[in-house]
Parts: sequence; structure tokens; C-alpha cells
Amino acid sequence: MAALGGLRGEKLALQRGHHPLFRDLSFEVSAGEVLLVEGPNGAGKTSLLRLIAGFLKPRAGSVALRTAGGLVLSEVEEWSPYIGWLGHQDGIKPQLTPHETLRFFARFHRGADVEQALNRLGLQRFRDLPVQYLSAGQKKRVALARLTLANRALWLMDEPMSMLDFAGRALVAELIVQHCRDGGMVVAATHEPLGIPGRHLSLAPL
Amino acid sequence: MISFAALVSRDLHIATRAGGSVLLAISFFAATTALFPLGIGINPSFLFRMAAGVVWVAAVFACLLSLDRLFEADYEDGSLDLLALGPLSLEGVALAKIVSHWLTSGLPLTLVSPLLALLFRLPQAASVALAISLLVGTPAVSAIGAIGAALTISVRRGGLILPLIVLPLLTPVVIFGTGAVLATLDGMSNGALPLLAAFSLASVLLAPFATAAALRLHLAA
Repeated sequence: MAALGGLRGEKLALQRGHHPLFRDLSFEVSAGEVLLVEGPNGAGKTSLLRLIAGFLKPRAGSVALRTAGGLVLSEVEEWSPYIGWLGHQDGIKPQLTPHETLRFFARFHRGADVEQALNRLGLQRFRDLPVQYLSAGQKKRVALARLTLANRALWLMDEPMSMLDFAGRALVAELIVQHCRDGGMVVAATHEPLGIPGRHLSLAPL
Repeated sequence: MISFAALVSRDLHIATRAGGSVLLAISFFAATTALFPLGIGINPSFLFRMAAGVVWVAAVFACLLSLDRLFEADYEDGSLDLLALGPLSLEGVALAKIVSHWLTSGLPLTLVSPLLALLFRLPQAASVALAISLLVGTPAVSAIGAIGAALTISVRRGGLILPLIVLPLLTPVVIFGTGAVLATLDGMSNGALPLLAAFSLASVLLAPFATAAALRLHLAA
């Protein structure tokens, strides 16, 4: 994992169509920290994650990623190698099994241990069952396993707890804490408490 | 390169699973082509001058069948976000998609075309020329088709608009492809095959850039 020093957003404003989502939004996260983005539906949590990922351009303000060496990355193209994405849509093909899904992703990202990821998320029992036969919570576990495989420093997680049972939620919390202990960073959008210490960023509808 | 191969093999895997697009393309191609001799009648001299044109048009339509899902499926289920953040550039992703689309449409159609040529009583030399023209020309269909597929990702029922965008751009492929077979039938050379090859090569080289630009528009939407 290529280590990061921090992430900083300064006076960000974002607009979707003619509808302003937020303005004058600033935040800062350092290596080993969690930023919990909170707010009601439609407050712009997902859009903020897409903005940090570089998919959306802010109307004003800037986002900068700092590497562990102190180098400031301000070009979107330079960021993507640091970003682990857990989107609202899982990006999992129904025809493939969890094992095939993860094996593809591991090869796509050159390396990483598929078996370990399957074990860690408790997926061994249905590793060879096509994903279309799995429950929503089990799919979420596949998506989480994929996130750990990519071995990226900055995790952007959209509603990481949704669909999961009690044990699954505990597992996500554990994954996040472990990732931070390894020097990673997490930005998680959620409207429920995650039970993890971290900085809070509240988005209110304008 | 490993990432590229991984993406191509994943798409081949999905396309050849039950309900995949390969069998559909081949059956559509064979069924349409087989209907023509029935409708036209069995006058041989008439039939084999029609053969190349009929097979080429059917091949283009068969390739278009699976084209509308080329990026749409990845866009809808969120895979496109993951691919965009991966180690390949979006241009690389687009090229991988073009390659896997060709492997599951243009290539199998090329392989079954000699069988269909029999229906038209095409002489062997012309049948070989037809297969070669399909082999050389169908990559252009996948490449130009990918641009259209990327542009119409978020259009509901984009499958209907896609042919309107793509077909006009594919006229050179059909003209040169058919021309190459007719030249063999007439026993002369008209330079159609080299032109087809040049068109195909240029499309495959340039289409990934246009496709990636269209994908970026959709990621930002």
C-alpha cells in the first residue's frame, strides 16, 4: 500500500444541475484517521465522495491529497492509484461467483491474496456460488473483500454498513480500524453511527 | 498488460456464460443470412453476387446486437467507477472492451461465414475472400460501435439510438468488405481489401480515445 499523509478539502462548493449541494465546505484527514460524513438524504454525501474520487469537479475550492513523503497531488490522474472505492452500487457481476469476482479484481490490480480476502469476510462457504444467488448482505461482503484486495490507502465508503447483519457491521468496523492502524485513511458517508471514533463532517441541505 | 488481459478474460467469461451474447449473435447471423436465398430464389448467378452484401449487412447487425450493453451494464452496476480507478487508463479499458466485443462477435461470425457461403453457392475462392474481409473488417465494427455504446450509456432504450449513430459510420466497412469479395468473383483486384484494412486499423487505434472521452462525461454526471 502506497502510504498517504493526508487529505484536505478547502472551501468546496458543488452543484448538481442548477441545484447547489454545499458550499464553503472544508475538511482535513490525516493518515490513520476516519472522516465520517453525515447528513440526511440528498445532502450530497455521495457527491462529496465522487468529488474526492475525482469523478466530479467542484464549482469552487480544491481537494488535495498529500503523500507520506509530503508531495501534494492536485491532479486527479495522480490520485486514482490511492483510492479504494466502495460505492452505493456494488459493481459485482451476477453471473460470476465471489471467487471469480475477487480473482478478476486481484489480477486487475496485479497481485493480492484472494484466499485471505475470502477468509477475512467469511465468504469461503459460498465462494463458488454465482453472486445472483447471494443475499444483499453477502454481496456487500464480496464488495468489502474486493476493497481490501485493492490495497489502496484512502478508502471512500458509501454507506458501508447498509444491508449488513450485526456480525457484518462489527466486521466493517474492525476492517476500518485495522486499515487506519496500517496507516490508511477512511472517508465514510453514512446516516447512522458507525461506532468508530473519527472526525465528523455534517452536511446540511442548503 | 496483466490488468488488460484480466479485463478481457472477465468479459469473455461473462459473454460465454448461459444467456451470454455469443450464441445469440451467431444464431441471429445464421438465421437472417439463411432467409435471403429463400426469398431471392435459387438463380445461382444472381445469388452469389448478392452473397457478400447480404452476409456483410447481417454481420454488422449481429455485431450491433450485443453492443448496447458493452458499457451500459458496467455503468449501471457501478463497475465503471471501479474500472476508472483501476491501474488501466480509461483508454485501456475501452480498448479491452473493444477486443472482448470483437472476440465474442466479429471473430465467431467470421468462423461460421464459410458455412453460410455454401447457401449462396459461393465459389471457394470467394468464400475465402468473404471470410478474410470479415476478419479484417469486423474489428472496425466493434471499435466504432464502442464509441456509440459509450455515448448512449445513460440513454434509456439506448439500443434504438445506437444503430442510428453507428450505422452511417460503418458504410465504408460494408462497401469495402463487399467490394473485396466481388473483386475475387470477377477475377480482378480493386484495392478494397487494403482500404478495409486501413479503415479497420485506424478505427481500432483512434476509437479508444473517443470512447474514453465519452465515458469520462458519464462518470462526471
